[in-house]
Amino acid sequence: MQTVTREQLINKAVALLADGTVKCVLGWKKGEFDYDVTPAVFETEEEIRADFVWNDFCGANFSKYLVAKTRQFDGKILVFLKPCDTYSFNQLLTEHRFDRDKVYAVGIPCAGMADISKIKEICGDGISSIEADGDYLSVTTIYDDQPIKVEIKEVLAERCLNCKSKKHVAYDELLGEEGDVIDSNRFDEVAQLEAMTPDERFAFWQKELSRCIRCNACRDVCPACTCEKCVFDNPNSGVENKSPANSFEEKMFHIIRAFHVAGRCTDCGECSRVCPQHIPLHLLNRKFIKDINEFYGEYQAGAQEGSRAPVVDYTTEDLEPGEVFDRRDTNA
Amino acid sequence: MQRIGVFVCWCGSNIAGTVDVHAVAEALKSEPGVVFSTDYQYMCSQAGQDIIKNAIAEHKLTGIVVCSCSPRMHEATFRKTAAAAGLNPYMVEIANIREQCSWVHKDMAIGTEKAIILGKAAVAKVNLNAPLTPGQTPVTKRALVIGGGIAGIQTALDIADAGFPVDIVEKKPTIGGKMSQLDKTFPTLDCAACILTPKMVDVAQHENIRIFSYSEVTDVKGFVGNFDVTIKKNARYVKEDVCTGCGLCTEKCPMKKVPNEFNLGMDNRRAVYIPFAQAVPKVATIDPNACNMIKNGKCGLCAKVCTVGAIDYTQKDEFIQEKYGAIVVATGFNPISMDKFDEFAYSQSKDVITSLEFERLTNAAGPTAGKLLRPSDGKHPRTIVFVQCVGSRCDAKAEKGKEYCSKICCMYTAKHAMLVRDKYPDTEVYVFYIDVRTPGKNFDEFYRRAVEEYGVHYVKGMVGKVVPEGDVLKVQASDLLSNKQLHIDADLVVLAAAIEPDKSARPLATMLTASMDTNDFFTEAHPKLRPVESPTAGVFLSGACQGPKDIPETVSQAGAAASKVIGLLAKDKLTGNPCIAHSDELMCNGCSACEKVCPYGAITYVDKEFRMPDRTTVIRRVASVNPAVCQGCGACTVACPSGAMDLRGFSSQQIMAEVDAICK
Amino acid sequence: MQVNGYKPLIVAFCCNWCSYAGADLAGNNRLNYPADVKIIRVPCSCRVNPMFVLRAFQRGADGVIICGCHPGDCHYTSGNYYTRRRMALLFSMLDYLGIERERTRVEWVSAAEGAKFAATMNEFTETVAALGENKRLEDLRCKQ
Repeated sequence: MQTVTREQLINKAVALLADGTVKCVLGWKKGEFDYDVTPAVFETEEEIRADFVWNDFCGANFSKYLVAKTRQFDGKILVFLKPCDTYSFNQLLTEHRFDRDKVYAVGIPCAGMADISKIKEICGDGISSIEADGDYLSVTTIYDDQPIKVEIKEVLAERCLNCKSKKHVAYDELLGEEGDVIDSNRFDEVAQLEAMTPDERFAFWQKELSRCIRCNACRDVCPACTCEKCVFDNPNSGVENKSPANSFEEKMFHIIRAFHVAGRCTDCGECSRVCPQHIPLHLLNRKFIKDINEFYGEYQAGAQEGSRAPVVDYTTEDLEPGEVFDRRDTNA
Repeated sequence: MQRIGVFVCWCGSNIAGTVDVHAVAEALKSEPGVVFSTDYQYMCSQAGQDIIKNAIAEHKLTGIVVCSCSPRMHEATFRKTAAAAGLNPYMVEIANIREQCSWVHKDMAIGTEKAIILGKAAVAKVNLNAPLTPGQTPVTKRALVIGGGIAGIQTALDIADAGFPVDIVEKKPTIGGKMSQLDKTFPTLDCAACILTPKMVDVAQHENIRIFSYSEVTDVKGFVGNFDVTIKKNARYVKEDVCTGCGLCTEKCPMKKVPNEFNLGMDNRRAVYIPFAQAVPKVATIDPNACNMIKNGKCGLCAKVCTVGAIDYTQKDEFIQEKYGAIVVATGFNPISMDKFDEFAYSQSKDVITSLEFERLTNAAGPTAGKLLRPSDGKHPRTIVFVQCVGSRCDAKAEKGKEYCSKICCMYTAKHAMLVRDKYPDTEVYVFYIDVRTPGKNFDEFYRRAVEEYGVHYVKGMVGKVVPEGDVLKVQASDLLSNKQLHIDADLVVLAAAIEPDKSARPLATMLTASMDTNDFFTEAHPKLRPVESPTAGVFLSGACQGPKDIPETVSQAGAAASKVIGLLAKDKLTGNPCIAHSDELMCNGCSACEKVCPYGAITYVDKEFRMPDRTTVIRRVASVNPAVCQGCGACTVACPSGAMDLRGFSSQQIMAEVDAICK
Repeated sequence: MQVNGYKPLIVAFCCNWCSYAGADLAGNNRLNYPADVKIIRVPCSCRVNPMFVLRAFQRGADGVIICGCHPGDCHYTSGNYYTRRRMALLFSMLDYLGIERERTRVEWVSAAEGAKFAATMNEFTETVAALGENKRLEDLRCKQ
């Protein structure tokens, strides 16, 4: 159950708008259904009172929107940030991607977000409404007379099950209680893959990545992917292909994408959340994070504004590319 | 679309021997953009360059590909050719079909196939080339000479005389090098000290020269015209500027049993010492491994006797940073170790010595005051056997010694033999040789005098074994001309040990990023045409670090290196490399990744106003590359997530075009 | 070179200052290595974008080797240190995706190491040839 309420957020937003602190509010808006929540910009109290939502489906990370929005608006923007969003927020500041002075960041605690596909596995299709009810969700479908009770922790998104931090690393104001950095098991899945044979790994990724439809949702949602012009949109980059014409195309795309965000990816998990093909894209990014931690020392992108990513750093004693494997083989 | 001309060089038979050059020229004709393709015997010759120039004019070429030797060899030549014909020199690409093709692949079909692919890659690249204009960088008008032997001394004097400041770094306590250890010099027999020491004094007194003795170069950064060098001045525990070189301390020091390296260990020196009387700088040095005061704080006698208070037991190594425009390597040579040549009993008998040890034995300032006495018992040797080519001209399979000829041994052995016969006519002197090589001015005359006037017994053949028996050395050898086995009872055996580059050369080459050959001799930019330059711009070669040399040759090469340095330092600005990074501002995120990896601090950020597609204007932070500072490594191009940063001359598109051409 | 009848294609990125010169030295000394190795000259190993490595594989290369100055000897002082990190991460990722790790290599070859260059290329080509065709990363559209 979320510990801050929709009313608290609305009141905060309305107050900040009213006293002129901010010119607009980045928040979540209900879509067609209760669960397809979408990011939105609110500029009036009326809009906020009518459409602003805060529920267990408000996964969207707003940090990335600040890059474009701070350029569009003259005044300050109010943004609500969950703990994991604040890492992206800091990372973007490190990269000078938006003007901090044009943002009013309100940190809000997060109890984890629900994954609608997990709910659908339990309740089936035809969901007409979902109501929060303590630690449960009350799911009504068009096929059932009675709402189905689903325990939230049973349907948490993967990234929330492996939440790395309930602590905000950046904000102007905090609503509710501050949490702690969590010693999560987020690298377990990567380790399991590493333990497989190369053939098994190849088969695993072949199966996963061959579903990719190159819709670019992962890139478009990624808070690290804020390039003025993405290499995949640049005909001169040599990788501008848009269609998944063969099995290599999407591997190439995902390797390059993961490499481009290596050292900058905060592991917010947005890529996996939005993938319409349910490809576990976070496993690529986490591989880089895990390797960076193991090879060059623990590093959490966005934990500290201005930190130097290990890929743009070195020591004279770094391990050799060949030793990467020797090391894993001896550890295994 | 470019109009590309392809020029395939035969390099005589160097390329044409294993690559079908006509087939290469023919195959490249049909590559995109190619409008002209030909082959010629020597593309780098005037006639070959004329073919290129004429083709540029006749076919209105916008780019050329030369399939030839390595770009490290002739890229500059062909760029000049292009420029002379009015084509931007950076529209030239070289396909390396010699060093990286014809010389490493023996089969004609395979070599030809690869040459065509390399040619295609170069064509693909040149299709994407753009004209480039280089920027300019200032030159630090100071030279560094590493090594203070005769090579370094001569180079330093010549540069200094031209009016440029020079620093000499010498790892020993004095300059002078090997020449200072020699007795007489061939073919004129003037004494080495008599001609060297005045030069050493000139160095010491020259207003443009600083000497860093007992020092080493520990770090080199930068590039031609702008080197940043760290020099480590080892603690000598004597204040150099205070010591008068009176030598009192070297007489009073109680540590008397330190092997004297200047005399190759044939006598002893003290823990505090001056290597020899004419040392420059004439300053005492305390050997920290021998000095009791430094090792365990007991003694301090030298400090007590020093009248000027020059002794400082607490002295520390000092690191000096200096900027240089040019660096001359003059690290010289050493005789090789005799460990692997036990057949000559070097380790078993004190009376088997190397030629350099012989020099010290006959030197008036040596351990025997110039009297030729056997090291074992101090007697006059009556029979002396000289063995030539010990470790020189060895079979590679023998896994000992060097394959090359050490060049100087024939002459100094003739000198030694002659001097012995001159001073001690009752001594029998044998010289065993494979060949006698005397190709220098007055060299053969000198050798013939040794044989004809001085009666030295020259025997063609090798010594098989030397066995010490009692106080004689039983020498077994073969006389190849009379096909006889010889047995000689010798009193002294002198081995003409091969020479090799000093051990410090390799780490130094690494610091300078200068190339070396498999024997650790420095490689020239061109073996014939640029013999005193290293392929690394701004690094020059003087003396035996480049190959075995005698004194006259060393001195002439030293002068040549100096003239190259003077030519460089005389310039106020150097034309830079236009192959540098640049950022596409429209794509730049201003994220600072490039700035973090730039080793030169060449990247800064500016706020710039941009008109956006939706007709709004925004101010964005974008990277800006300083073209004078950027050296073109390309680290930033990979750090840049958006690909806004690219490298001129090695653009991502060009490299990928090469990849594609190779993988086709 | 052929192993089990397979002739591999090797793309070697060589830095201009050390490894390319080392390759030239191998030529000067007539030290043979397979013609399957095709060298692309780059100013520094740090110029090699992982995209180039992937591109080579995509277009049908069977092995990619990046050669640079020894760590500490970079002509540009630090370029090869970045190469070392980038390629360690890239190669680890390729391995994670099930691509044979033997197809990728970083080797430090100085301008003086002509013999090492030839030996490295001989050994690498043999290793890659033994793996056979690169089926896991090639783009079939690019094969003629």
